[in-house]
Amino acid sequence: MAMLEVKDLRVAYGKIEAVKGISFEVEEGQVVTLIGTNGAGKTTTLRTISGLLRPSSGAIYFEGKRLDQVPAHKIVTLGVAQSPEGRRIFPRMTVEENLMLGAFSRTDHGAFTEDLDRVFELFPILQERRAQPAGTFSGGEQQMLAMGRAMMSRPRLLLLDEPSMGLSPLMMKRIMSTVKTLQEQGTTVLLVEQNANAALKLADRGYVLEVGSIVLSGTGRELLASDDVRKAYLGEG
Amino acid sequence: MSSSVSNPGSHRAERDPRSWRDRLAAGSPDSPDAPAQLNRAFVIGLVGVALLVASAFMSWTYNPALLGNVTLYGNPGTVQIYLLVMALMALFLLLIRKGPLSRLGRHLGRQTGLRALGIGITLYLVIAVGASIALTDDAMLGALDPGVYVGILGGLLVAAAGHLLPTHKAVGERHQRFPAWLEILVVVLLVALALAAAAYGLGIGDPALFVAFLAFVAVIAAGLARGGFFDWLSIVVGHHRTVLLLATFAAAFAFPLTQNGSDANMSIATSVLIFAATAMGLNIVVGLAGLLDLGYIAFLGAGAYVGAMLSESAFATIDWKPPFIIVALIGALFAALLGLIIGSPTLRVSGDYLAIVTLAFGEIFRLTMFNLDGNNGPDLTHGPNGIPAIPELNFFGFDFGATHAFFGVPITRFANYYFLLLLLIGFIILVFTRLNNSRIGRGWIAIREDEKAAEAMGVNVFGLKILAFAGGAFLAGLAGTVKAHQDVSVTPDQYQFLESAFLLAAVVLGGMGTVGGVLLGAVILKLLPEKLRFFADYRLLLFGLLLVLMMRFRPEGLVANRRRQLEFHDDDEALADEVEAIHTEKVT
Ligand SMILES: Nc1ncnc2c1ncn2[C@@H]1O[C@H](COP(=O)(O)OP(=O)(O)OP(=O)(O)O)[C@@H](O)[C@H]1O
Ligand SMILES: [Mg+2]
Repeated sequence: MAMLEVKDLRVAYGKIEAVKGISFEVEEGQVVTLIGTNGAGKTTTLRTISGLLRPSSGAIYFEGKRLDQVPAHKIVTLGVAQSPEGRRIFPRMTVEENLMLGAFSRTDHGAFTEDLDRVFELFPILQERRAQPAGTFSGGEQQMLAMGRAMMSRPRLLLLDEPSMGLSPLMMKRIMSTVKTLQEQGTTVLLVEQNANAALKLADRGYVLEVGSIVLSGTGRELLASDDVRKAYLGEG
Repeated sequence: MSSSVSNPGSHRAERDPRSWRDRLAAGSPDSPDAPAQLNRAFVIGLVGVALLVASAFMSWTYNPALLGNVTLYGNPGTVQIYLLVMALMALFLLLIRKGPLSRLGRHLGRQTGLRALGIGITLYLVIAVGASIALTDDAMLGALDPGVYVGILGGLLVAAAGHLLPTHKAVGERHQRFPAWLEILVVVLLVALALAAAAYGLGIGDPALFVAFLAFVAVIAAGLARGGFFDWLSIVVGHHRTVLLLATFAAAFAFPLTQNGSDANMSIATSVLIFAATAMGLNIVVGLAGLLDLGYIAFLGAGAYVGAMLSESAFATIDWKPPFIIVALIGALFAALLGLIIGSPTLRVSGDYLAIVTLAFGEIFRLTMFNLDGNNGPDLTHGPNGIPAIPELNFFGFDFGATHAFFGVPITRFANYYFLLLLLIGFIILVFTRLNNSRIGRGWIAIREDEKAAEAMGVNVFGLKILAFAGGAFLAGLAGTVKAHQDVSVTPDQYQFLESAFLLAAVVLGGMGTVGGVLLGAVILKLLPEKLRFFADYRLLLFGLLLVLMMRFRPEGLVANRRRQLEFHDDDEALADEVEAIHTEKVT
């Protein structure tokens, strides 16, 4: 059984259906990516998994447990963390306070410093700037903070919503290689990206979302090679 | 701890936070003044101070009824002594970069301080004389003597001197530390001074003199604030919070002893304390959880009505008379229950609804109390007449209505309630700080900053909001049960919307989310109207004016939480550095 199973998921904003019955799976230990153009429903899907939105029908299972009726704060405790679209770090909190909030759902205080060290190892800059109000950070630094913050809850499944948004190519590479590192350290990642090239190179599996439906799926390599994907998302042909 | 400030290679060094004027005016904080400009400003300042001193020794008016008699030459009256003190302060600021004082001067903002002081002194004269004329029927502008004009000119010259002086904003140097004992001494002395000033101010009978005293205090405070003293003080206080808290409580406990058995001020003081206790409760709701509650007074009312209905009063409507401890608990729980009932549907939707719903709830509560008179429903509250004749509290034989002797000093009825309320405030402050420094407090900050992100981080947004809302209601209900006994009667009109508005104003003006600020705001907002009764109908107008001025010049409130300040001044780099410094100190 896959770690995350999404079955025939439908999500609507009022009368407008943004996700129109999609199904996909994320196996433990994999990096799986959801790619698609603006408004395809990627963020909607992620927010539904983490409990911030409720589906109108369908089901979500995480490690066999049904998620779609569980409140958001409980889902974090179950081991699913999110780095949201647009980072949404807490601007007037210091870096360290942001990280503390990432660990909000955890009550085992002893492990906090350990996790902090782990995050600082991934992103040494956060350690240097630990006392700085996060709102003064650059976009790339904020992205690192958002990812570090999500890692503070020790998730088994990490949901990343467009981590490369607005970043320089160099910083984007840096973020992508961190995703790889996280995978090697045992975290499963569901990665939403518009940068299909970078995401598919990294991903074990990919799904292509178009106006609320999955139109293509396959391994990262297959999708990279597919003509449709190359035309639509890689600006070729 | 100023390392981040002095580090030129810091990542934020490329943006210069200073205004063009400051950059033109000064190089490094320690560079000597440019001689020509300095001398001109200096001379103007000295002349200004000289004029102020002269004014203090001149006659201000030939009408001895004005301002407690300032008709004499060579013999300064009270308001003229205030002027002398302010003139000396101006002189001090003028001289702080000369000779032996220059070591201090590096830490103070001479330019801004002098300017504020000069403008303040001018306004002081205008306000004092104006109030006196307005409050004395037979006086006219023609009754003024040259002394007033000399003083106004002096004030303007001091302001001009401040304006012309080069800036020396010694950023970072504010973190200068002194030996701990000295800092503690400063804190304790300031608290003692505040107590003395409060006792002195309360003792002033003549309204015009009281206004003059207020203006005097305001000018000194403005001069100290703009001179950078309060910045330094806030850092010192940050290091000695417990000292400040203990000293303040000691001073507050000592206050009744200074009143010598007189009830005149003690009755005001107890109502101030009730108000302050309630404001502190609201501070949890508004300041910590960021929930706008416009009907908070209803929770105080709920507690008060429970206290009255279960009391031994002959007019009490419920025939069950448990001891006060039980009543207090029931009152608090009842208020909390009301909080849950209005909170649970509203707190799920976004913030704006809460303001509207609480506003409506406040009025519904008052109207319900007004109408439960036996004609429109069960007779629970006696409608508009309320429940009178609530007996005094009695703890284990200690009668709150009687005067007790404490080492020979008489402690009157009001003083008894005063002490009880102090304990209550202490309890509420304890709850406040414990919550604020806990995981829950961190969750509230996150909710204030970005509710959706907080939810994604695993913060139980709804749970924490309802906890703040119902918890705040609980504390107000608790205070209400005491208030019922202290007021002797409970009527619906004590709990109208205006009271909620005043409570909110105390929280906002004082400084949301701070203990000291909200206490200060509550004291000011409750005390001033009591002492300014002669302004009668103009009080609300003055209050509105005060609100507008505060929102324009200091939206973060009198005492600002650093993080809050950042919310209002997002691009203030020095402030960001300070937050950083405070954080570093906390961690290391
Ligand atoms: N809060 C909302 N209310 C109404 N409609 C919404 C809301 N959020 C998203 N939508 C709509 O739902 C659809 C899917 O949006 P979503 O944000 O999931 O897209 P996305 O794939 O993440 O796009 P992008 O790559 O631009 O982030 C869009 O048509 C969008 O307009
Ligand atoms: Mg999106």
